Amino acid sequence: MRIKLRIWRQAGPDAPGAMQTYQLDNVSEKMSFLEMLDMLNEQLTAQDIEPVAFDHDCREGICGMCGVVIDGSAHGRYNSAVPTTTCQLHMRSFADGAVIDVEPWRAGAFPVIKDLVVDRKAFDRVIQAGGYISVNTGSAPDAHATPAPKRQSEKAFDNATCIGCGACVAACPNGSGMLFTSAKITHLAMLPQGQPERALRVKAMVAAHDAAGFGGCTNIGECASVCPKQIPLASIGQLNRDLIASLFKGDGK
Amino acid sequence: MAITGLILIAFLVMHMFGNLKMFIGAEAYNHYAEWLKGALESGGILEPLLPHGWFIWIFRAFMLACLILHIYCAAKVWAASLRGRGSRYVSVTRREQTVSARLMRWGGIALALLLIFHILMFTTKTIRPGFEASDDPYSMFVGAFGNWWVLAAYIVFMLVVCLHVRHGFWSAFTTLGGNVSPQARTILNALAYFVAALIFVGFMLPPVAVFLNLGVN
Repeated sequence: MRIKLRIWRQAGPDAPGAMQTYQLDNVSEKMSFLEMLDMLNEQLTAQDIEPVAFDHDCREGICGMCGVVIDGSAHGRYNSAVPTTTCQLHMRSFADGAVIDVEPWRAGAFPVIKDLVVDRKAFDRVIQAGGYISVNTGSAPDAHATPAPKRQSEKAFDNATCIGCGACVAACPNGSGMLFTSAKITHLAMLPQGQPERALRVKAMVAAHDAAGFGGCTNIGECASVCPKQIPLASIGQLNRDLIASLFKGDGK
Repeated sequence: MAITGLILIAFLVMHMFGNLKMFIGAEAYNHYAEWLKGALESGGILEPLLPHGWFIWIFRAFMLACLILHIYCAAKVWAASLRGRGSRYVSVTRREQTVSARLMRWGGIALALLLIFHILMFTTKTIRPGFEASDDPYSMFVGAFGNWWVLAAYIVFMLVVCLHVRHGFWSAFTTLGGNVSPQARTILNALAYFVAALIFVGFMLPPVAVFLNLGVN
């Protein structure tokens, strides 16, 4: 395959950025998108050009580290039937001779560090505000010590699969982190262990979300459609329900 | 924003219902209009609970308060979005965003401007195409919609209204916690399309009938 890449290059957080064009030959359609970028970087290094910085780690779609916007679609899902992470996207998804635009996540809460790498610490601040349960440490309790209803525990598990990649924020026209926040809210709200701090958690996490510079949700649905873990839009509905209920509880402010 | 939005949609449905009284005849239509304003000899709506003519002003103040709150909330969300989305993408492809969701904000501004025009025409009677200030509500209606450009402007007005209602209806119920399953999402979206279509058809029937001289006496 022969492709043309237009990649966002930005030297540092405050440096101006621009799209740069690179030609790449002999790309195998069996390569993952990140392997293709590796190939490009090897060529750039040989030509004494600064390689393109991008985040990656496990390369098997479970860590949440990678993620770029490809042709205007987070993780390059575009119109594919299968949700994916960037590392699990393969070059066979592109036509020979394609011109591919590669950009970093763009959101007020995710400043660009370099090229395609963004700072996602805003997610950590949201989790620190309430994405946990308070229990004594020590030996782990037996798994069946606290009964959890089947339907709720399934829902909790589905929401716990969020890998925190940030595609939801990148795809949102409002730059909102509601899908991420709601995945954690729904995960813990469905389980018996999450009940004592339920009202406090939703208030604290939504406040931290807004303070971190994310925008507000307007129920468009772009986030859920690019989520590699298929966190549903219904999770935001659960967050809204919990938030309204929490207003009638004394916990927090 | 969700609550005020739903109140405004409820108002639209009642307004549409009132407009459809035109098909019963001029007398019924005028009587209904006078009853709302409390301008009847025998009194009006909510009389004798409220003094003569009070209801319409309390109602207008309430609607205005809803509208102002709605716009205030929208401005806050818009400001948060401008901050939240950061720099713009060079290329953007959307997978889910509907036309109605996309036009919520600019459509909302257009809606506010068209609403001012609507009130200047039929409430304050400052702009009088095809009718006199002394005309009764029915003659005003028939006079105005005899003009093709009033009808054309009204079609645009209603399209903007219904696009806003399409996304707004679904979005309001989601914000209030109604969307907690994929089935709920399908149902709420289907209802939103139904309500938007109902409002469009209901509001367009009387003016089109006037313009084409159908069933109007």
